Amino acid sequence: MSDKDLETQLLRFTTAGSVDDGKSTLIGRLLYDSKSIFQDQYEQIEAISERRGEEEVNLALLTDGLKAEREQGITIDVAYRYFSTPKRKFIIADTPGHIQYTRNMVTGASTANVALLLVDARNGVSEQTRRHAIIASLLKIPHVVVCINKMDLVDYKEEAFNKIRSDFKDFATKLDVTDVSFIPMSALKGDNVVERSDNMDWYEGSTLMYYLENVHISSDHNFIDCRFPVQYVIRPYNDKFHDYRGYAGRVSGGVFKKGDTVIALPSGFSTTITGIHTFDGELDDAHPPQSVTFTLKDEIDISRGDMIVRPNNQPEVSQNIEVMLCWFDHTKPLQNKGKYFLKHTSTEAKCLIEEIKYKLDINTLHRIQENFSVKSNDIARVSIRTTKPLFFDEYSKNRTTGSIILVDSQTNNTVAAGMII
Amino acid sequence: MNYSISHLDELESESIFILREVAAQFENSVILFSGGKDSILMTYLAVKAFYPAKVPFQLLHVDTGHNFEETLNYRDQLVNKYDLKLKVGYVQEAIDQGFVHEESGVNASRNGLQIYTLLDELEKGKYDAAMGGGRRDEEKARAKERFFSHRDEFGQWDPKNQRPELWNIFNGKKKPGEHFRIFPISNWTELDVWQYLAQEKVPLPSLYFAHEREVIERDGILLARSPYIPLKNGENVFKEKVRCRTIGDVTCTGVWRSKATTIEEIIEEVATSRMTERGGRSDDKRSETSMEDRKKEGYF
Repeated sequence: MSDKDLETQLLRFTTAGSVDDGKSTLIGRLLYDSKSIFQDQYEQIEAISERRGEEEVNLALLTDGLKAEREQGITIDVAYRYFSTPKRKFIIADTPGHIQYTRNMVTGASTANVALLLVDARNGVSEQTRRHAIIASLLKIPHVVVCINKMDLVDYKEEAFNKIRSDFKDFATKLDVTDVSFIPMSALKGDNVVERSDNMDWYEGSTLMYYLENVHISSDHNFIDCRFPVQYVIRPYNDKFHDYRGYAGRVSGGVFKKGDTVIALPSGFSTTITGIHTFDGELDDAHPPQSVTFTLKDEIDISRGDMIVRPNNQPEVSQNIEVMLCWFDHTKPLQNKGKYFLKHTSTEAKCLIEEIKYKLDINTLHRIQENFSVKSNDIARVSIRTTKPLFFDEYSKNRTTGSIILVDSQTNNTVAAGMII
Repeated sequence: MNYSISHLDELESESIFILREVAAQFENSVILFSGGKDSILMTYLAVKAFYPAKVPFQLLHVDTGHNFEETLNYRDQLVNKYDLKLKVGYVQEAIDQGFVHEESGVNASRNGLQIYTLLDELEKGKYDAAMGGGRRDEEKARAKERFFSHRDEFGQWDPKNQRPELWNIFNGKKKPGEHFRIFPISNWTELDVWQYLAQEKVPLPSLYFAHEREVIERDGILLARSPYIPLKNGENVFKEKVRCRTIGDVTCTGVWRSKATTIEEIIEEVATSRMTERGGRSDDKRSETSMEDRKKEGYF
């Protein structure tokens, strides 16, 4: 076993749902059973629960951060939670599940390796479940776990589990989700969350915690298509590094090696990587998600927003992109022919909304093509023209080089997120 | 081929990405340096991010005047070692000029008074981005904080109007007079910070290691004996082997009974601890939402 195998990996997952699904209880259970809740945190929520006259310690209080939320008893933003086991460190993006918070779900989903979809075993696959699955599919979350919760309330019956599993599979054939698992559980009682359940002998799969600790995430990045958006140029201007000119960035795809022939976009000039540098010394290769600095053989003009790639594997270069856009702004709708500021990898440009093709009903996947406007939390298919060429890949090939955001030029707010088709 | 990296390397890579993004998107950025391990980590990551060039940010220390001496010594050594530029803002000046009033009573602290000096220094320095070592695991109001957190011209935070952050695209656009608070180590936990500082063999202020010190006990929290903390009736000064888990102003930083004298022993202690590190911060205990209230006013 190499040292690498002993190291702890980082896994990011998202949970979407409401308190009614037992989402907060599930997160509370994961934190509590992995011994990630501290005594003073526990005492604090114990005291609040008691003051409010609640019978049991309300674990939801652990995940409901802001004052307004605690007053209203709902989670209205993405909250990040952390816990770890000896095998992995976990970052939970905890998002509200209601349709008016689609933007929060999209935000949480954008960086997740795994999506947990909660289903109440009594109610089966609901509109909310379908919506969450559609978002997981649009945002290309590599792994999906359908957590069939509250099994204790259906007497731990296998039939209830099988019915939900087959209903979900029927629906998922329309989606682009490749890796789906189903786990029957009771977050409240602790069945199959961290500890194996004694109540469901018929279930031979793993517990949720075992799944999270072991699901294969090393291939979640694209290691084929070499993409290096230049983020910053490092010029030391001192005697020791007099002629040093380093191109700093985070590898977005592929594996770059010292000695590789590369070209710089947009100039198209070809050169060789002479060194892959870090503070801790040179590396032989660099891959996602490493932050490194390249030095190149030839002095060519490269600056932030340029992209270093391999000559025989280049991204698309165009001023016209097709995107699935999630609109965020609650003050005004997406403007057809409107002008916005667009950010993509380390570059930015002005852009024009050329055409809004249709709006997606995110409960049914139905395309709405007539008499619609794109309001906050809506998802639409849009054609965009930019003032300068972008170097991009389809989002389904690369989540980093295939994603954009739009910024309102008056308010500077982030008003939309888009996945390039 | 196995191209996976460890969680510490991934966190390092993410923070370096954020620090470079700050250098690229802002003109005049500053690292808020408190002397605590989180601001030490952030400074160390900035050194890494721009190597072999110098760190393109200034360091700003808001000095309450109620410091642990060890903190100031460490700060000056760090500044020398990496050839950094340091700016110090003094709370005492704001008191002398009558802009803020010192709290009175046995629990008096200048912690809250820092906000004035901080905002004043940010304005005087015309900084457009200020980086803090805040982490989302520290406190529930911070769990929803963004990496790039927009502040209006009064330095205020509006938790209901935060910009969504997706993938690794960060929107630092702003109007004149506005600025950003940036949290490059948002995703690190206390344990990650210690494991990384151990892995990198970063020297740390002696306060973090167990040492014998005169202490008093107040409301279940041990405080270091200091001329800035008047004794209540019935309180005794006694000696105890203690260390700090966070370092702030002397008047509000609790110390903990500990035998940990090496970083490995600290990791062991943190990994098995049943109390959060801010459990010793009396400033957080003032009300259930005290962190959120202070953040809205401009606290880090």
